[in-house]
Amino acid sequence: MSSLTVFYIGLFYFATIVLVGGVAFRIYEYWKTPAPLVIPTTPAPTTRIGVSFRMFREVTLFESLFKSNKWTWIFGYVFHVSLALVLVRHVRYFVDPLCEPLVFIQPFGRYASFFMVLGLAGLWARRFLVDRVRYISTPSDHLMLALLIAIGLSGMEMSFVSHTDIVDLKGFVRGMMTFNFQPLPNDTSLLVHLFLVALLMIIFPISKLLHVPGVFFSPTRNMVDNPRDKRHIAPWAAALERKNG
Amino acid sequence: MAGPEFEVPKLADSSYTDVPKINPGSMAHIKAFVAGQGPQEFLGYPWTMADDWKERVLDRMGEVLKKYRSVRLFMDICVHCGACTDKCHYFLGTADPNNMPVARQELMRKVYRRYFTLPGKVVPWLVGAEDLTKDTMDQWFNYFHQCSECRRCSVYCPYGIDTAEITMAGREILNYAGYGQKYSNEILGKVQKIGNNLGLPGPALIDTLEGLEEDIEADTGVAVKMPLDVKGAEILLVTPSADFFSEPHVESLIGYAKVFHAAGASWTLSSHASEAGNFGLFNGNYETMRTVAMRIRDAALELGVKRIIVGECGHAWRVAYAYWNTLTGLGWGGNDPFSIELQSQLDPRYKQPTHICEYTWDLIEKGVLKFDKSLNDHRVITYHDSCNVARASRMGDEPGGQFTIPRNIIKAVANNFHDMAAETIGESTFCCGGGGGVLTDDLIEVRVKGALPRMNAYNAVSKEHGVNFLALICAICKAQFNKVVPFYGFDMSMVGGVHQLVGTAIKLED
Repeated sequence: MSSLTVFYIGLFYFATIVLVGGVAFRIYEYWKTPAPLVIPTTPAPTTRIGVSFRMFREVTLFESLFKSNKWTWIFGYVFHVSLALVLVRHVRYFVDPLCEPLVFIQPFGRYASFFMVLGLAGLWARRFLVDRVRYISTPSDHLMLALLIAIGLSGMEMSFVSHTDIVDLKGFVRGMMTFNFQPLPNDTSLLVHLFLVALLMIIFPISKLLHVPGVFFSPTRNMVDNPRDKRHIAPWAAALERKNG
Repeated sequence: MAGPEFEVPKLADSSYTDVPKINPGSMAHIKAFVAGQGPQEFLGYPWTMADDWKERVLDRMGEVLKKYRSVRLFMDICVHCGACTDKCHYFLGTADPNNMPVARQELMRKVYRRYFTLPGKVVPWLVGAEDLTKDTMDQWFNYFHQCSECRRCSVYCPYGIDTAEITMAGREILNYAGYGQKYSNEILGKVQKIGNNLGLPGPALIDTLEGLEEDIEADTGVAVKMPLDVKGAEILLVTPSADFFSEPHVESLIGYAKVFHAAGASWTLSSHASEAGNFGLFNGNYETMRTVAMRIRDAALELGVKRIIVGECGHAWRVAYAYWNTLTGLGWGGNDPFSIELQSQLDPRYKQPTHICEYTWDLIEKGVLKFDKSLNDHRVITYHDSCNVARASRMGDEPGGQFTIPRNIIKAVANNFHDMAAETIGESTFCCGGGGGVLTDDLIEVRVKGALPRMNAYNAVSKEHGVNFLALICAICKAQFNKVVPFYGFDMSMVGGVHQLVGTAIKLED
């Protein structure tokens, strides 16, 4: 087995551990940090079910962003939906045999990549063209977009220009999953693509990508508007109460 | 009035306030007065930045990050998408980019990244992390006092990031480092020592109320009472102390008294709890907020009332509606002895606490109150949704009742009503520009410029429909508008309370 294959196997194990462990740790942190006061942005649902609907609309339709700015919404929405399709399409490299819906989605996932890169380009353009957004953009904001676009373009290159050997690729991926290691096809686009994906996985838990799990914990969105009917008290606040009476 | 030392923004031709090009540093010269030794020590804070200020800042920040999920989360999840950048009235009125909500948050986030995150420690230049310096503290003090904690940004953020939470945390950390704001902290002293924000002692309060009773009787021929400290009364009214002697606030107090009179209610005010306002909210200190709120609980227990009603005050209603149950057990659903002690005294038929608008609207719906609407015919009215009522509370049973109920009251007592442009009311309402601890003369430039979006919306309905009255249910909004509308060429008599309108039209019997 080539040292390149060994490097990539090591890289992906490391990236997977960092991604899963890191995100799990962040979720644990957010979950255990109490929200001492009831602070939903109102008008807010008065029941748990209502809050679930609010959160569902927020994460599937980007409701608040839609209210806010139509350009950011269009670019952001196109990017996220396309990314979702692309990610689902990639499941084919992990499972065997393929189920019917997964086969069906393949062409949609392939062409979604164009929209994904388009959405990202739009978001990036805003960082240059809108003076307010330019002012708040940090170098990492630009690099994050560059990284995602590079991942998209390197993937599209393999999909639409010079096809990589996906049977071998699948063997490599399945090999890592089953500890029955197989060689990685030596294809430049693939190496670049996989390296950047691993990089993205590694920086996920220490970057703004935490908005993905984070939105579900946002107290202004996930709290029920019922403070007159239900007493809400955080453990540290209850301790304070016992001390002060 | 001497002319202002700054340029008052020009009113637009429509209700829409143009988004300005950013003008970095345009409000960098602003500095609220710094709190002195007295108020700082009373609140348990140092009053100067000692040598260990940096440790104190980072200590407190670490503490806040552990205690508040909002701050912990909001530090991490902002993606700098820019959705909030044109939503803050202070940015729209000043063009200072640090008044964009995300940039205001970044003032804290860059310190958070530097000292609490791995990338910020390793590659600060890449992720926008910065060392904590005295300059940072000056920027915090400046720009965290150019935020009225109105939550408009939180409506538009795809993750619900609420800059108010960051501002509150920032002020708490500043206080802890010995860099407090004079206005808010002096008020927090007065309310705890004397019982209200204005420092109005008991005897003065008795005098004021007696004078008002005489005025009402002279005016209407009906002996409407304003009872104080009556044990065994059914209702305790807790209202902002401005209602006792500021104009136009007092007109609303007269309105509440007339409503209680017409309903034949047994009610009382309390000298111990002669203030609904709670500036602990603005400072972001849970314990201070709780101590101030406990006065209401204590007064309710001492007077043995069955029901607690809150007068026209925006942030007070937020604290009452959303926090009193948590802070003081005043509400329903608590099953601990502390909560049960108060619950067993309160009347289970009612929402506790109740907003005065909920109370009045309920009586109107039941047909208890009678009005001569024509008495308000000289007024063409619009209604300003106050930020804390709109985005941090509710009235009635349905979400959005905080928008419909006050409007329903106005329409029941007056004939001429026109709403301002949709994107400037309801959940999208623009702050008056003076909320959240900004209502002080040392910040007048911030207040005047921050009022611009509201003034544009008002100007548009004033031109189109001849609107001449801006109805409110917030003591801070009333005081703020009274002061700033003349800068825009309006007459301050255009500002008044919803219960001022009720009081004008209500029919009283002996």
